Amino acid sequence: MRLGKDLVAAAATPVVLGILAEGESYGYAILQRIADLSGGELEWSDGMLYPLLHRLERLGHVDSEWRQSPGGRARKHYRLSVQGASTLADQRRQWSVIGGVLDQVWPGGPDDRQPRLALGLG
Amino acid sequence: MTTEQAHTLDELVASWRSWMERRDALSVRDVDELESHLRDRVDSLTAAGFADDEAFLIAVKRLGGIDDLSREYAAEHSGRLWKQLVLDDSARSGDGEAATSAVPFLHRANGLAVALALGVGAGIAVKATELLTGEPELVVRNIAVLVLPFLAAWFAWLRRPPVATLIGVAAAFAVVTLALNLYPFDGGSSTVTFATQNSATAVLATIGSIVALWLVTGIVEAGGVWQSDRTRMDFLRFSGEWLVYFVLIAIVGGALSGLTIAVFASIQVEIMPFIGEWVLPCGAAGAVLVAAWLVGAKQRVIENIAPVLTKVFTPLFTLMMLALIVAAVMQWNLVDGSRDLLIAFDLVLVVVVALLVYSISARDPAIPPGWFDRLQVLMLAAALVVDGIVLVAMVARTGEFGWSANKTASLGLNLILLTNLAWAAWLQVGFVRRRVPFGTIERWQTGFLPIYLGWAGIIVLAFPPVFGFV
Repeated sequence: MRLGKDLVAAAATPVVLGILAEGESYGYAILQRIADLSGGELEWSDGMLYPLLHRLERLGHVDSEWRQSPGGRARKHYRLSVQGASTLADQRRQWSVIGGVLDQVWPGGPDDRQPRLALGLG
Repeated sequence: MTTEQAHTLDELVASWRSWMERRDALSVRDVDELESHLRDRVDSLTAAGFADDEAFLIAVKRLGGIDDLSREYAAEHSGRLWKQLVLDDSARSGDGEAATSAVPFLHRANGLAVALALGVGAGIAVKATELLTGEPELVVRNIAVLVLPFLAAWFAWLRRPPVATLIGVAAAFAVVTLALNLYPFDGGSSTVTFATQNSATAVLATIGSIVALWLVTGIVEAGGVWQSDRTRMDFLRFSGEWLVYFVLIAIVGGALSGLTIAVFASIQVEIMPFIGEWVLPCGAAGAVLVAAWLVGAKQRVIENIAPVLTKVFTPLFTLMMLALIVAAVMQWNLVDGSRDLLIAFDLVLVVVVALLVYSISARDPAIPPGWFDRLQVLMLAAALVVDGIVLVAMVARTGEFGWSANKTASLGLNLILLTNLAWAAWLQVGFVRRRVPFGTIERWQTGFLPIYLGWAGIIVLAFPPVFGFV
Protein backbone atom coordinates (compact mmCIF):
# COMPACT_ATOMS: atom_id res chain seq x y z
CA MET A 1 0.00 0.00 0.00
CA ARG A 2 1.24 3.47 -0.85
CA LEU A 3 0.10 6.48 1.11
CA GLY A 4 -1.18 9.38 -0.95
CA LYS A 5 1.21 12.22 -1.62
CA ASP A 6 -0.95 14.90 -0.02
CA LEU A 7 -1.53 12.79 3.07
CA VAL A 8 2.22 12.20 3.45
CA ALA A 9 2.87 15.92 3.07
CA ALA A 10 0.22 16.76 5.67
CA ALA A 11 1.49 14.14 8.10
CA ALA A 12 5.15 15.02 7.71
CA THR A 13 5.19 18.03 10.05
CA PRO A 14 3.44 16.42 13.05
CA VAL A 15 5.40 13.19 12.59
CA VAL A 16 8.76 14.99 12.51
CA LEU A 17 7.84 17.23 15.43
CA GLY A 18 6.61 14.20 17.34
CA ILE A 19 9.88 12.34 16.78
CA LEU A 20 11.86 15.39 17.88
CA ALA A 21 9.67 15.53 20.99
CA GLU A 22 11.28 12.20 21.96
CA GLY A 23 14.66 13.95 22.00
CA GLU A 24 16.99 15.77 19.63
CA SER A 25 17.95 13.97 16.48
CA TYR A 26 19.39 14.38 12.98
CA GLY A 27 18.00 13.80 9.51
CA TYR A 28 19.07 10.23 8.88
CA ALA A 29 18.00 9.05 12.32
CA ILE A 30 14.62 10.78 11.96
CA LEU A 31 14.00 8.94 8.68
CA GLN A 32 15.04 5.63 10.27
CA ARG A 33 12.63 6.24 13.13
CA ILE A 34 9.78 7.05 10.73
CA ALA A 35 10.51 3.87 8.77
CA ASP A 36 10.52 1.83 12.00
CA LEU A 37 7.31 3.37 13.31
CA SER A 38 5.34 3.01 10.08
CA GLY A 39 6.78 -0.35 9.08
CA GLY A 40 8.07 1.30 5.94
CA GLU A 41 4.63 2.53 4.86
CA LEU A 42 5.22 6.22 5.50
CA GLU A 43 8.05 7.09 3.13
CA TRP A 44 9.28 9.86 0.90
CA SER A 45 12.54 10.69 -0.87
CA ASP A 46 15.24 10.99 1.76
CA GLY A 47 16.31 14.44 0.61
CA MET A 48 12.86 15.97 1.01
CA LEU A 49 13.13 15.78 4.79
CA TYR A 50 15.76 18.53 4.84
CA PRO A 51 13.79 21.36 3.24
CA LEU A 52 11.03 20.47 5.71
CA LEU A 53 13.43 20.66 8.66
CA HIS A 54 14.72 23.98 7.38
CA ARG A 55 11.19 25.31 7.16
CA LEU A 56 10.44 24.19 10.71
CA GLU A 57 13.66 25.91 11.78
CA ARG A 58 12.73 29.13 10.03
CA LEU A 59 9.31 29.05 11.67
CA GLY A 60 11.03 28.62 15.03
CA HIS A 61 9.60 25.18 15.78
CA VAL A 62 13.03 23.58 15.98
CA ASP A 63 16.57 24.72 16.78
CA SER A 64 19.60 23.27 15.07
CA GLU A 65 23.25 22.81 15.80
CA TRP A 66 26.18 21.22 13.98
CA ARG A 67 27.92 18.50 15.97
CA GLN A 68 30.54 15.84 15.40
CA SER A 69 29.30 12.28 15.58
CA PRO A 70 31.47 9.80 17.53
CA GLY A 71 32.68 8.56 14.15
CA GLY A 72 33.89 12.06 13.27
CA ARG A 73 31.09 12.83 10.83
CA ALA A 74 29.56 16.32 11.04
CA ARG A 75 25.82 16.17 11.60
CA LYS A 76 23.19 18.84 11.94
CA HIS A 77 21.13 18.06 15.03
CA TYR A 78 17.59 19.35 15.43
CA ARG A 79 15.83 19.96 18.74
CA LEU A 80 12.20 20.83 19.45
CA SER A 81 11.82 24.41 20.67
CA VAL A 82 9.24 25.54 23.24
CA GLN A 83 7.19 27.02 20.44
CA GLY A 84 7.54 23.75 18.49
CA ALA A 85 6.19 21.84 21.48
CA SER A 86 3.06 23.96 21.58
CA THR A 87 2.66 23.63 17.81
CA LEU A 88 2.93 19.89 18.22
CA ALA A 89 0.26 19.88 20.93
CA ASP A 90 -1.97 21.96 18.66
CA GLN A 91 -1.41 19.61 15.70
CA ARG A 92 -2.11 16.68 17.93
CA ARG A 93 -5.51 18.10 18.85
CA GLN A 94 -6.32 18.72 15.19
CA TRP A 95 -5.31 15.22 14.14
CA SER A 96 -7.29 13.58 16.92
CA VAL A 97 -10.37 15.48 15.77
CA ILE A 98 -9.87 14.15 12.26
CA GLY A 99 -9.10 10.67 13.58
CA GLY A 100 -12.21 10.73 15.68
CA VAL A 101 -14.37 11.78 12.74
CA LEU A 102 -12.87 9.12 10.47
CA ASP A 103 -13.38 6.46 13.11
CA GLN A 104 -17.06 7.35 13.22
CA VAL A 105 -17.74 7.51 9.48
CA TRP A 106 -15.88 4.26 8.78
CA PRO A 107 -17.54 1.67 10.98
CA GLY A 108 -15.94 -1.75 10.82
CA GLY A 109 -12.56 -0.90 9.34
CA PRO A 110 -10.10 -3.52 8.17
CA ASP A 111 -8.46 -3.83 11.57
CA ASP A 112 -11.51 -4.80 13.62
CA ARG A 113 -12.15 -1.76 15.76
CA GLN A 114 -15.83 -2.51 16.20
CA PRO A 115 -15.89 -2.49 20.03
CA ARG A 116 -14.05 0.81 20.36
CA LEU A 117 -16.17 2.47 17.69
CA ALA A 118 -19.31 1.18 19.30
CA LEU A 119 -18.09 2.71 22.51
CA GLY A 120 -17.43 5.95 20.74
CA LEU A 121 -20.86 5.95 19.14
CA GLY A 122 -22.54 5.15 22.37
CA MET B 1 41.61 -3.45 -1.36
CA THR B 2 39.47 -1.82 1.29
CA THR B 3 41.48 1.41 1.21
CA GLU B 4 41.09 1.52 -2.54
CA GLN B 5 37.34 1.11 -2.19
CA ALA B 6 37.13 3.82 0.43
CA HIS B 7 39.03 6.07 -1.95
CA THR B 8 36.52 5.33 -4.67
CA LEU B 9 33.62 6.17 -2.38
CA ASP B 10 35.21 9.52 -1.50
CA GLU B 11 35.64 10.23 -5.19
CA LEU B 12 32.02 9.36 -5.89
CA VAL B 13 30.87 11.59 -3.05
CA ALA B 14 33.13 14.41 -4.23
CA SER B 15 31.72 14.31 -7.75
CA TRP B 16 28.19 14.14 -6.36
CA ARG B 17 28.98 17.15 -4.18
CA SER B 18 30.29 19.26 -7.03
CA TRP B 19 27.14 18.39 -8.94
CA MET B 20 24.90 19.42 -6.05
CA GLU B 21 26.79 22.63 -5.30
CA ARG B 22 26.04 23.93 -8.76
CA ARG B 23 22.43 24.33 -7.68
CA ASP B 24 21.73 27.88 -6.55
CA ALA B 25 19.05 26.79 -4.12
CA LEU B 26 21.45 24.64 -2.10
CA SER B 27 24.04 26.25 0.11
CA VAL B 28 27.31 24.54 0.92
CA ARG B 29 26.02 23.74 4.41
CA ASP B 30 22.93 22.11 2.91
CA VAL B 31 25.13 19.90 0.78
CA ASP B 32 27.20 19.10 3.90
CA GLU B 33 24.03 17.95 5.60
CA LEU B 34 22.96 15.85 2.63
CA GLU B 35 26.45 14.35 2.38
CA SER B 36 26.35 13.35 6.02
CA HIS B 37 23.00 11.69 5.34
CA LEU B 38 24.33 10.02 2.21
CA ARG B 39 27.28 8.56 4.07
CA ASP B 40 25.04 7.28 6.90
CA ARG B 41 22.88 5.58 4.32
CA VAL B 42 25.90 4.10 2.54
CA ASP B 43 27.24 2.81 5.85
CA SER B 44 24.03 1.00 6.68
CA LEU B 45 23.79 -0.45 3.17
CA THR B 46 27.39 -1.69 3.17
CA ALA B 47 26.75 -3.20 6.60
CA ALA B 48 23.89 -5.08 4.92
CA GLY B 49 26.37 -6.51 2.40
CA PHE B 50 26.37 -4.07 -0.54
CA ALA B 51 29.60 -2.96 -2.20
CA ASP B 52 30.52 0.70 -1.80
CA ASP B 53 29.59 1.79 -5.30
CA GLU B 54 26.28 -0.09 -5.20
CA ALA B 55 25.46 1.38 -1.81
CA PHE B 56 26.32 4.83 -3.14
CA LEU B 57 24.00 4.47 -6.12
CA ILE B 58 21.13 3.32 -3.93
CA ALA B 59 21.74 6.09 -1.41
CA VAL B 60 21.78 8.77 -4.11
CA LYS B 61 18.63 7.34 -5.64
CA ARG B 62 16.90 7.42 -2.28
CA LEU B 63 17.77 11.07 -1.81
CA GLY B 64 15.38 11.80 -4.65
CA GLY B 65 15.64 13.48 -8.04
CA ILE B 66 18.00 16.43 -7.97
CA ASP B 67 15.52 18.69 -9.76
CA ASP B 68 12.71 17.87 -7.34
CA LEU B 69 15.05 18.30 -4.44
CA SER B 70 16.42 21.66 -5.53
CA ARG B 71 12.87 22.82 -6.23
CA GLU B 72 11.95 21.95 -2.65
CA TYR B 73 14.98 23.79 -1.35
CA ALA B 74 14.17 26.75 -3.60
CA ALA B 75 10.61 26.85 -2.25
CA GLU B 76 11.99 27.08 1.26
CA HIS B 77 14.98 29.33 0.52
CA SER B 78 13.59 31.45 -2.30
CA GLY B 79 15.99 34.26 -1.40
CA ARG B 80 18.89 32.15 -2.59
CA LEU B 81 17.76 32.38 -6.18
CA TRP B 82 18.42 36.11 -5.89
CA LYS B 83 22.14 36.22 -5.60
CA GLN B 84 23.10 38.13 -2.53
CA LEU B 85 26.30 39.75 -1.50
CA VAL B 86 27.30 37.83 1.63
CA LEU B 87 29.97 39.38 3.79
CA ASP B 88 30.29 36.29 5.94
CA ASP B 89 33.21 34.22 4.66
CA SER B 90 31.84 30.98 6.05
CA ALA B 91 29.47 30.66 3.13
CA ARG B 92 32.22 30.90 0.56
CA SER B 93 33.55 27.86 -1.16
CA GLY B 94 35.68 26.72 -4.04
CA ASP B 95 38.01 29.58 -3.35
CA GLY B 96 40.99 27.66 -2.15
CA GLU B 97 40.18 29.05 1.29
CA ALA B 98 38.78 25.95 2.84
CA ALA B 99 39.47 27.04 6.39
CA THR B 100 36.48 29.12 7.34
CA SER B 101 37.29 30.04 10.89
CA ALA B 102 40.95 30.87 10.30
CA VAL B 103 40.42 33.90 8.05
CA PRO B 104 42.59 36.69 9.45
CA PHE B 105 40.85 39.93 10.32
CA LEU B 106 42.23 41.93 7.40
CA HIS B 107 41.08 39.36 4.87
CA ARG B 108 37.56 39.04 6.22
CA ALA B 109 34.74 40.11 3.91
CA ASN B 110 37.20 40.43 1.03
CA GLY B 111 39.35 42.90 2.92
CA LEU B 112 36.60 45.36 3.76
CA ALA B 113 38.59 46.74 6.69
CA VAL B 114 41.58 47.52 4.45
CA ALA B 115 39.36 49.11 1.78
CA LEU B 116 37.62 51.28 4.37
CA ALA B 117 40.91 52.35 5.94
CA LEU B 118 42.30 53.31 2.52
CA GLY B 119 39.03 55.09 1.70
CA VAL B 120 39.34 57.15 4.87
CA GLY B 121 42.96 57.80 3.94
CA ALA B 122 41.90 59.10 0.51
CA GLY B 123 39.32 61.38 2.13
CA ILE B 124 41.88 62.72 4.58
CA ALA B 125 44.42 63.26 1.79
CA VAL B 126 41.92 65.36 -0.18
CA LYS B 127 40.77 67.35 2.83
CA ALA B 128 44.24 67.85 4.32
CA THR B 129 45.59 69.19 1.01
CA GLU B 130 42.73 71.64 0.84
CA LEU B 131 43.21 72.82 4.42
CA LEU B 132 47.00 73.08 4.14
CA THR B 133 47.09 74.92 0.81
CA GLY B 134 43.79 76.76 1.09
CA GLU B 135 43.40 76.45 -2.67
CA PRO B 136 40.47 74.26 -3.72
CA GLU B 137 41.46 74.36 -7.39
CA LEU B 138 44.79 72.83 -6.48
CA VAL B 139 42.91 69.90 -4.97
CA VAL B 140 40.83 69.56 -8.10
CA ARG B 141 43.92 69.62 -10.34
CA ASN B 142 45.63 67.01 -8.17
CA ILE B 143 42.59 64.83 -7.60
CA ALA B 144 44.04 61.80 -9.41
CA VAL B 145 47.34 62.17 -7.60
CA LEU B 146 45.57 62.43 -4.25
CA VAL B 147 43.05 59.60 -4.55
CA LEU B 148 44.43 57.02 -6.97
CA PRO B 149 47.53 56.14 -4.88
CA PHE B 150 45.11 54.71 -2.33
CA LEU B 151 43.44 52.65 -5.03
CA ALA B 152 46.89 51.49 -6.18
CA ALA B 153 47.70 50.61 -2.56
CA TRP B 154 44.48 48.59 -2.37
CA PHE B 155 45.46 46.63 -5.47
CA ALA B 156 49.00 46.24 -4.20
CA TRP B 157 47.62 44.72 -1.00
CA LEU B 158 45.22 42.52 -2.95
CA ARG B 159 47.49 41.30 -5.76
CA ARG B 160 51.02 41.55 -4.29
CA PRO B 161 52.73 42.65 -7.51
CA PRO B 162 56.53 42.48 -7.80
CA VAL B 163 58.45 45.32 -6.16
CA ALA B 164 59.77 46.52 -9.53
CA THR B 165 56.19 47.10 -10.70
CA LEU B 166 55.42 49.11 -7.58
CA ILE B 167 58.52 51.24 -8.06
CA GLY B 168 57.60 51.88 -11.68
CA VAL B 169 54.04 52.85 -10.78
CA ALA B 170 55.25 55.09 -7.95
CA ALA B 171 57.63 56.78 -10.38
CA ALA B 172 54.75 57.44 -12.80
CA PHE B 173 52.72 58.98 -9.97
CA ALA B 174 55.70 61.11 -8.95
CA VAL B 175 56.29 62.40 -12.50
CA VAL B 176 52.62 63.36 -12.90
CA THR B 177 52.58 65.03 -9.49
CA LEU B 178 55.63 67.10 -10.35
CA ALA B 179 54.21 68.09 -13.73
CA LEU B 180 50.86 69.13 -12.30
CA ASN B 181 52.39 71.24 -9.55
CA LEU B 182 55.63 72.62 -10.96
CA TYR B 183 54.33 73.74 -14.35
CA PRO B 184 53.50 77.48 -14.12
CA PHE B 185 49.85 77.23 -15.26
CA ASP B 186 48.15 80.53 -15.94
CA GLY B 187 45.34 81.64 -13.64
CA GLY B 188 43.98 79.58 -10.82
CA SER B 189 45.21 81.52 -7.83
CA SER B 190 43.01 82.06 -4.78
CA THR B 191 39.81 81.62 -6.75
CA VAL B 192 37.17 79.10 -5.92
CA THR B 193 35.73 77.90 -9.20
CA PHE B 194 38.29 76.12 -11.26
CA ALA B 195 36.64 75.68 -14.64
CA THR B 196 36.66 79.37 -15.46
CA GLN B 197 39.88 80.25 -13.70
CA ASN B 198 42.25 77.43 -14.52
CA SER B 199 43.90 77.59 -17.93
CA ALA B 200 42.87 75.19 -20.65
CA THR B 201 46.11 73.27 -20.42
CA ALA B 202 45.60 72.84 -16.67
CA VAL B 203 42.14 71.42 -17.20
CA LEU B 204 43.45 69.14 -19.93
CA ALA B 205 46.32 68.05 -17.71
CA THR B 206 43.84 67.24 -14.92
CA ILE B 207 41.73 65.07 -17.21
CA GLY B 208 44.82 63.48 -18.72
CA SER B 209 46.24 62.72 -15.28
CA ILE B 210 43.03 60.97 -14.25
CA VAL B 211 43.06 58.76 -17.36
CA ALA B 212 46.79 58.10 -17.27
CA LEU B 213 46.99 57.29 -13.57
CA TRP B 214 43.86 55.14 -13.75
CA LEU B 215 45.55 53.04 -16.43
CA VAL B 216 48.81 53.00 -14.45
CA THR B 217 46.82 51.82 -11.43
CA GLY B 218 45.61 49.03 -13.69
CA ILE B 219 49.19 47.78 -13.90
CA VAL B 220 49.10 47.20 -10.15
CA GLU B 221 45.69 45.54 -10.50
CA ALA B 222 47.17 43.20 -13.09
CA GLY B 223 49.84 42.26 -10.56
CA GLY B 224 52.49 43.58 -12.94
CA VAL B 225 51.42 41.26 -15.77
CA TRP B 226 50.22 44.14 -17.92
CA GLN B 227 51.34 42.73 -21.26
CA SER B 228 48.77 39.93 -21.12
CA ASP B 229 45.52 40.69 -22.94
CA ARG B 230 43.68 38.60 -20.34
CA THR B 231 44.67 40.83 -17.42
CA ARG B 232 44.04 43.93 -19.53
CA MET B 233 40.54 42.72 -20.30
CA ASP B 234 40.05 41.99 -16.61
CA PHE B 235 41.02 45.55 -15.77
CA LEU B 236 38.56 46.84 -18.38
CA ARG B 237 35.86 44.73 -16.76
CA PHE B 238 36.86 46.10 -13.40
CA SER B 239 36.72 49.68 -14.69
CA GLY B 240 33.21 49.24 -16.10
CA GLU B 241 31.85 47.68 -12.95
CA TRP B 242 33.65 50.23 -10.81
CA LEU B 243 32.05 53.10 -12.72
CA VAL B 244 28.59 51.58 -12.29
CA TYR B 245 29.07 51.17 -8.55
CA PHE B 246 30.62 54.60 -8.16
CA VAL B 247 27.67 56.23 -9.91
CA LEU B 248 25.21 54.23 -7.80
CA ILE B 249 26.99 55.26 -4.62
CA ALA B 250 27.05 58.87 -5.80
CA ILE B 251 23.32 58.87 -6.54
CA VAL B 252 22.36 57.30 -3.23
CA GLY B 253 24.88 59.45 -1.36
CA GLY B 254 23.48 62.58 -2.99
CA ALA B 255 19.92 61.61 -2.13
CA LEU B 256 20.90 60.85 1.46
CA SER B 257 22.76 64.17 1.79
CA GLY B 258 19.73 66.03 0.45
CA LEU B 259 17.47 64.27 2.91
CA THR B 260 19.88 65.04 5.77
CA ILE B 261 20.01 68.72 4.83
CA ALA B 262 16.22 68.87 4.62
CA VAL B 263 15.73 67.13 7.96
CA PHE B 264 18.18 69.43 9.74
CA ALA B 265 16.74 72.48 7.99
CA SER B 266 13.34 71.59 9.41
CA ILE B 267 14.78 72.03 12.92
CA GLN B 268 16.58 75.22 11.88
CA VAL B 269 20.06 73.74 11.78
CA GLU B 270 22.04 74.74 8.72
CA ILE B 271 24.37 71.88 7.78
CA MET B 272 24.73 72.62 4.08
CA PRO B 273 28.31 73.95 4.48
CA PHE B 274 29.32 70.88 6.48
CA ILE B 275 27.94 68.54 3.81
CA GLY B 276 29.51 70.54 1.02
CA GLU B 277 32.93 71.01 2.57
CA TRP B 278 33.42 67.74 4.40
CA VAL B 279 30.98 64.99 3.52
CA LEU B 280 31.07 65.51 -0.25
CA PRO B 281 34.86 65.54 -0.82
CA CYS B 282 35.64 62.88 1.76
CA GLY B 283 32.70 60.73 0.68
CA ALA B 284 33.57 60.95 -3.01
CA ALA B 285 37.20 60.03 -2.35
CA GLY B 286 36.19 57.18 -0.06
CA ALA B 287 33.61 55.94 -2.55
CA VAL B 288 36.43 55.30 -5.04
CA LEU B 289 37.79 52.66 -2.70
CA VAL B 290 34.45 51.28 -1.58
CA ALA B 291 33.36 50.86 -5.21
CA ALA B 292 36.64 49.06 -5.95
CA TRP B 293 36.06 46.78 -2.97
CA LEU B 294 32.48 46.09 -4.09
CA VAL B 295 33.63 45.03 -7.56
CA GLY B 296 35.93 42.43 -6.03
CA ALA B 297 33.47 41.31 -3.37
CA LYS B 298 30.59 40.72 -5.74
CA GLN B 299 32.65 39.40 -8.62
CA ARG B 300 31.54 35.81 -8.21
CA VAL B 301 28.10 36.70 -6.90
CA ILE B 302 26.40 39.11 -9.24
CA GLU B 303 26.48 39.23 -12.99
CA ASN B 304 28.48 42.12 -14.42
CA ILE B 305 26.15 45.01 -14.99
CA ALA B 306 28.15 46.98 -17.60
CA PRO B 307 27.60 44.34 -20.33
CA VAL B 308 23.88 44.33 -19.53
CA LEU B 309 23.76 48.10 -20.01
CA THR B 310 25.68 47.58 -23.25
CA LYS B 311 23.05 45.19 -24.55
CA VAL B 312 20.32 47.69 -23.72
CA PHE B 313 21.99 50.78 -25.14
CA THR B 314 23.72 49.49 -28.27
CA PRO B 315 20.48 49.42 -30.31
CA LEU B 316 19.38 52.82 -28.97
CA PHE B 317 22.74 54.43 -29.58
CA THR B 318 22.89 53.00 -33.10
CA LEU B 319 19.45 54.50 -33.79
CA MET B 320 20.62 57.85 -32.46
CA MET B 321 23.61 57.91 -34.78
CA LEU B 322 21.59 56.82 -37.81
CA ALA B 323 19.14 59.63 -37.08
CA LEU B 324 22.08 62.01 -36.81
CA ILE B 325 23.40 60.93 -40.22
CA VAL B 326 19.98 61.48 -41.78
CA ALA B 327 19.70 64.90 -40.13
CA ALA B 328 23.21 65.87 -41.22
CA VAL B 329 22.56 64.85 -44.81
CA MET B 330 19.22 66.69 -44.89
CA GLN B 331 20.52 69.95 -43.44
CA TRP B 332 24.30 69.77 -43.82
CA ASN B 333 24.62 71.90 -40.71
CA LEU B 334 27.12 69.84 -38.80
CA VAL B 335 29.80 71.89 -40.51
CA ASP B 336 28.49 75.07 -38.97
CA GLY B 337 28.04 73.49 -35.59
CA SER B 338 29.35 74.94 -32.36
CA ARG B 339 33.01 75.09 -31.35
CA ASP B 340 32.55 72.17 -28.97
CA LEU B 341 31.46 69.88 -31.76
CA LEU B 342 34.67 67.89 -31.79
CA ILE B 343 34.59 67.37 -28.03
CA ALA B 344 30.98 66.21 -28.23
CA PHE B 345 31.89 63.74 -30.94
CA ASP B 346 34.87 62.51 -28.98
CA LEU B 347 32.36 61.61 -26.31
CA VAL B 348 30.20 59.85 -28.90
CA LEU B 349 33.19 57.80 -30.00
CA VAL B 350 34.15 57.05 -26.40
CA VAL B 351 30.64 55.72 -25.83
CA VAL B 352 30.85 53.62 -29.00
CA VAL B 353 34.21 52.15 -27.95
CA ALA B 354 32.82 51.48 -24.46
CA LEU B 355 29.73 49.78 -25.88
CA LEU B 356 31.98 47.64 -28.06
CA VAL B 357 34.51 46.81 -25.35
CA TYR B 358 31.95 45.85 -22.72
CA SER B 359 30.01 43.63 -25.04
CA ILE B 360 33.31 41.96 -25.94
CA SER B 361 34.19 41.64 -22.26
CA ALA B 362 31.11 39.54 -21.55
CA ARG B 363 30.90 37.58 -24.78
CA ASP B 364 31.51 33.87 -24.79
CA PRO B 365 34.16 33.45 -27.53
CA ALA B 366 32.76 30.06 -28.48
CA ILE B 367 29.32 31.32 -29.51
CA PRO B 368 28.98 31.89 -33.27
CA PRO B 369 28.19 35.43 -34.50
CA GLY B 370 24.54 36.44 -34.11
CA TRP B 371 22.22 39.40 -34.59
CA PHE B 372 23.94 41.44 -31.88
CA ASP B 373 27.30 41.20 -33.65
CA ARG B 374 25.66 42.36 -36.88
CA LEU B 375 24.08 45.24 -35.00
CA GLN B 376 27.52 46.20 -33.77
CA VAL B 377 28.77 46.31 -37.35
CA LEU B 378 25.97 48.77 -38.09
CA MET B 379 26.83 50.80 -34.99
CA LEU B 380 30.51 50.96 -35.95
CA ALA B 381 29.71 51.91 -39.54
CA ALA B 382 27.35 54.67 -38.37
CA ALA B 383 29.96 55.99 -35.94
CA LEU B 384 32.60 56.06 -38.67
CA VAL B 385 30.33 57.95 -41.09
CA VAL B 386 29.30 60.49 -38.45
CA ASP B 387 32.83 61.04 -37.30
CA GLY B 388 34.09 61.33 -40.87
CA ILE B 389 31.65 64.18 -41.52
CA VAL B 390 32.63 65.95 -38.30
CA LEU B 391 36.33 65.48 -38.81
CA VAL B 392 36.37 66.94 -42.31
CA ALA B 393 34.36 69.92 -41.11
CA MET B 394 36.50 70.53 -38.05
CA VAL B 395 39.89 70.20 -39.73
CA ALA B 396 38.75 72.76 -42.30
CA ARG B 397 37.68 75.15 -39.57
CA THR B 398 40.75 74.56 -37.44
CA GLY B 399 42.73 75.69 -40.46
CA GLU B 400 40.88 79.00 -40.12
CA PHE B 401 41.08 79.43 -36.37
CA GLY B 402 44.40 77.84 -35.52
CA TRP B 403 45.33 75.05 -33.13
CA SER B 404 44.39 75.60 -29.50
CA ALA B 405 45.30 73.07 -26.82
CA ASN B 406 41.70 71.91 -26.54
CA LYS B 407 41.32 71.40 -30.27
CA THR B 408 44.60 69.55 -30.59
CA ALA B 409 43.83 67.28 -27.66
CA SER B 410 40.36 66.43 -28.90
CA LEU B 411 41.56 65.98 -32.46
CA GLY B 412 44.27 63.59 -31.28
CA LEU B 413 41.76 61.62 -29.24
CA ASN B 414 39.37 61.61 -32.18
CA LEU B 415 42.01 60.20 -34.51
CA ILE B 416 42.99 57.50 -32.01
CA LEU B 417 39.38 56.44 -31.51
CA LEU B 418 38.69 56.62 -35.23
CA THR B 419 41.64 54.36 -35.96
CA ASN B 420 40.43 51.98 -33.29
CA LEU B 421 36.86 51.89 -34.60
CA ALA B 422 37.81 51.67 -38.28
CA TRP B 423 39.90 48.56 -37.78
CA ALA B 424 37.42 47.23 -35.19
CA ALA B 425 34.66 47.57 -37.80
CA TRP B 426 36.78 45.69 -40.33
CA LEU B 427 37.45 42.93 -37.79
CA GLN B 428 33.80 42.82 -36.80
CA VAL B 429 32.75 42.33 -40.44
CA GLY B 430 35.32 39.54 -40.68
CA PHE B 431 33.97 38.00 -37.47
CA VAL B 432 30.37 38.09 -38.68
CA ARG B 433 31.54 36.41 -41.90
CA ARG B 434 33.46 33.91 -39.77
CA ARG B 435 36.82 34.84 -41.22
CA VAL B 436 38.25 36.42 -38.06
CA PRO B 437 38.46 34.60 -34.72
CA PHE B 438 36.95 36.39 -31.73
CA GLY B 439 40.29 36.59 -29.94
CA THR B 440 41.63 38.99 -32.59
CA ILE B 441 38.85 41.47 -31.86
CA GLU B 442 39.57 41.22 -28.16
CA ARG B 443 43.31 41.73 -28.61
CA TRP B 444 42.76 44.75 -30.86
CA GLN B 445 40.85 46.50 -28.08
CA THR B 446 43.18 45.56 -25.22
CA GLY B 447 46.13 46.55 -27.41
CA PHE B 448 44.83 50.13 -27.41
CA LEU B 449 45.24 50.62 -23.67
CA PRO B 450 48.92 51.69 -23.96
CA ILE B 451 47.97 54.10 -26.75
CA TYR B 452 45.34 55.76 -24.52
CA LEU B 453 47.94 55.90 -21.76
CA GLY B 454 50.46 57.45 -24.14
CA TRP B 455 48.08 60.17 -25.35
CA ALA B 456 47.00 60.99 -21.78
CA GLY B 457 50.67 61.17 -20.79
CA ILE B 458 51.42 63.54 -23.68
CA ILE B 459 48.50 65.77 -22.65
CA VAL B 460 49.78 65.93 -19.07
CA LEU B 461 53.50 66.32 -19.74
CA ALA B 462 53.95 67.83 -23.20
CA PHE B 463 50.86 69.97 -23.80
CA PRO B 464 51.38 72.62 -21.09
CA PRO B 465 54.88 73.64 -22.26
CA VAL B 466 53.97 73.34 -25.94
CA PHE B 467 50.93 75.58 -25.57
CA GLY B 468 52.62 78.00 -23.19
CA PHE B 469 50.60 77.00 -20.08
CA VAL B 470 47.56 78.95 -21.24
